[in-house]
Amino acid sequence: MIQMTGAELILRLLERQGIRTVAGIPGGAILPLYDALSGSKLIRHVLARHEQGAGFIAQGMARVSGRPEVCFASSGPGATNLVTAIADAHLDSIPMVAITGQVPLSMIGTDAFQEADIYGMTVPVTKHNFLVRSAAELLQVIPDAFRLAMSGRPGPVLIDIPKDVQTQVVSFDAFPLPAIPDAAPAGDPDAIEEAARLINAAERPVLYVGGGAVHSGAAQQIVALAERAGLPTTMTLMALGVMPIDHPLSLGMLGMHGARHTNFILEESDLLVCVGARFDDRAIGKAAQFCPRAKIVHIDIDPSELHKIRNAHVAINGDVGAVLDALLPRVNVRLRKRWLSHVGSLKSRFPLHLPGLDDPRSHYGLVQAVASVVGDEAVVTTDVGQHQMWAAQAYPFRRPRQWLTSGGFGTMGFGLPVAIGAALAVPARTVVCFTGDGSFKMNIQELATLAEEGLNVKIVLMNNNSLGLVYQQQSLFYGKRVFASKYRGAPDFLKIAEGFGIGGVDLDTAQNPRAALVQALSGPGPCLIHASIDREEFVYPMVPPGGANTEMIGG
Amino acid sequence: MIEQVADPLQESGFAKVVLELEVNNHPGVMSHICNLFARRAFNVEGILCMPMSDPRRSRIWLLVFEDQRLEQMVLQVEKLVDVLSVRRHGAEHEVFERLEKFFY
Repeated sequence: MIQMTGAELILRLLERQGIRTVAGIPGGAILPLYDALSGSKLIRHVLARHEQGAGFIAQGMARVSGRPEVCFASSGPGATNLVTAIADAHLDSIPMVAITGQVPLSMIGTDAFQEADIYGMTVPVTKHNFLVRSAAELLQVIPDAFRLAMSGRPGPVLIDIPKDVQTQVVSFDAFPLPAIPDAAPAGDPDAIEEAARLINAAERPVLYVGGGAVHSGAAQQIVALAERAGLPTTMTLMALGVMPIDHPLSLGMLGMHGARHTNFILEESDLLVCVGARFDDRAIGKAAQFCPRAKIVHIDIDPSELHKIRNAHVAINGDVGAVLDALLPRVNVRLRKRWLSHVGSLKSRFPLHLPGLDDPRSHYGLVQAVASVVGDEAVVTTDVGQHQMWAAQAYPFRRPRQWLTSGGFGTMGFGLPVAIGAALAVPARTVVCFTGDGSFKMNIQELATLAEEGLNVKIVLMNNNSLGLVYQQQSLFYGKRVFASKYRGAPDFLKIAEGFGIGGVDLDTAQNPRAALVQALSGPGPCLIHASIDREEFVYPMVPPGGANTEMIGG
Repeated sequence: MIEQVADPLQESGFAKVVLELEVNNHPGVMSHICNLFARRAFNVEGILCMPMSDPRRSRIWLLVFEDQRLEQMVLQVEKLVDVLSVRRHGAEHEVFERLEKFFY
């Protein structure tokens, strides 16, 4: 018979699950768990400076490793501060287990100090959530939470644990086995056969790849399918890196800020093979006018994504890697000379314009200069806004999980804590965080965490002293009525970083910006690289609000 | 990024559909189900919930209007961890009809 407190049991179960790093912030209702954590020899705690930071640090670890990672927060404001990071994980299907302290069971519902119904609040933004009512339940709930987070389409799970459940003593015979993912549904063989038939018969097929291919670890199969069947391949924001950008079949990113040729090629396609993507409005524009002549083959592990936005002619529910393994031998080798030469001519007629590539002080030039120094081994995170789209357009992604960005939820403040999480998960790699001055200020307190941990995170701050994408829209679509998008004050970010104990370099004043950049990126530990960007530089091309993808402006 | 310009909401039809759900019986299950319908802007006309003979399970009856989003709603309901099964019945199902005398 094993006997321990609920808090100790949680720790043992996390250790047995293979968790080695937990990000969080303690507080009254989770102190028993922190007391147990202080005695753990296996789990290291990273003290964030805001619970949202802790949530994003866990996300950063999970986005790099592909397995569920853990964050802790206390009850009330601690728990509500986690919500944005949880919602972000939900929309990008990131496996994560958030553990929150709660007021004691008998005080739930009494408006107790720091009480919040975090269970009720996180129903719409989690894959599943639990309010634990006894320490014995933990034996079931903790493994279940991990199993749910990583099975099928991954996602966040929240476990709310009242303080008295953490201190309650529980006796049991044996630890439950660590959770493993449920088996994914096997794709219907008839549908796979039919998908192969459509691919073999198509004249102008396009492969449309989403983040599901990253989650499934199916990058190799994607490239193999594209090469075998001669499929030009476009990737969503979430899938960048699945096919190397310089692969001859790569069309880069599609959608709102994709290259013109990508959207034109999609327009002409007669078959769209959608793998682990969900026809998001930023990717497809006006749904009815997206690939209007194409039949659709849709492969997804989540059955509710099939036929959701567009009806598929062949819908296959299964793990995309496994389905592609079954599909590959049924697909004929095709050179598709005529279609691919047409694709090639559209590519050369409507290329992605990246002006200023030679100037490391311009937005595209800075992105490429960073890439040329840190190479393919680095992990790249971004915040949300213009800098994010410029990085998506100009950074040469060549491997999955190289690129961590807030796609579905678009959370400003994502970049820095996710970079910290990534650096914790893969300390051998350099982590570059592209950020803007608007986003950076939204989780800037995590500079303290970064300095404390001394991680190899290089922050590249593109500073136009405004909410650039808002400014861009107001300039283009709101009659130039610029409001609440330009900052009047201009903080000195290098001094702020210095105040936190992080050195920096200002490319604005550097004699030789390229040399300064190389030096900053090559040194050990954290560094802030600051570059002023012209506010009038916009993200182009762009599909205007409500437009079809072929109605792009600029670029 | 920029705002969505959505198509107008689909008008729901008039044909009624009765959904029969078997769910785990614990506090919070109703919250998961009602929240799912509410956040997807799908109106629930009627709802009934009672424990089954096995007290670890409950049965929930939902009355909704037929709508082209119903397929998607059912798929979403099936994804809920505490929902064990979903069955669809036509409007002729009598569970809500027999209760009408309590409401009129």
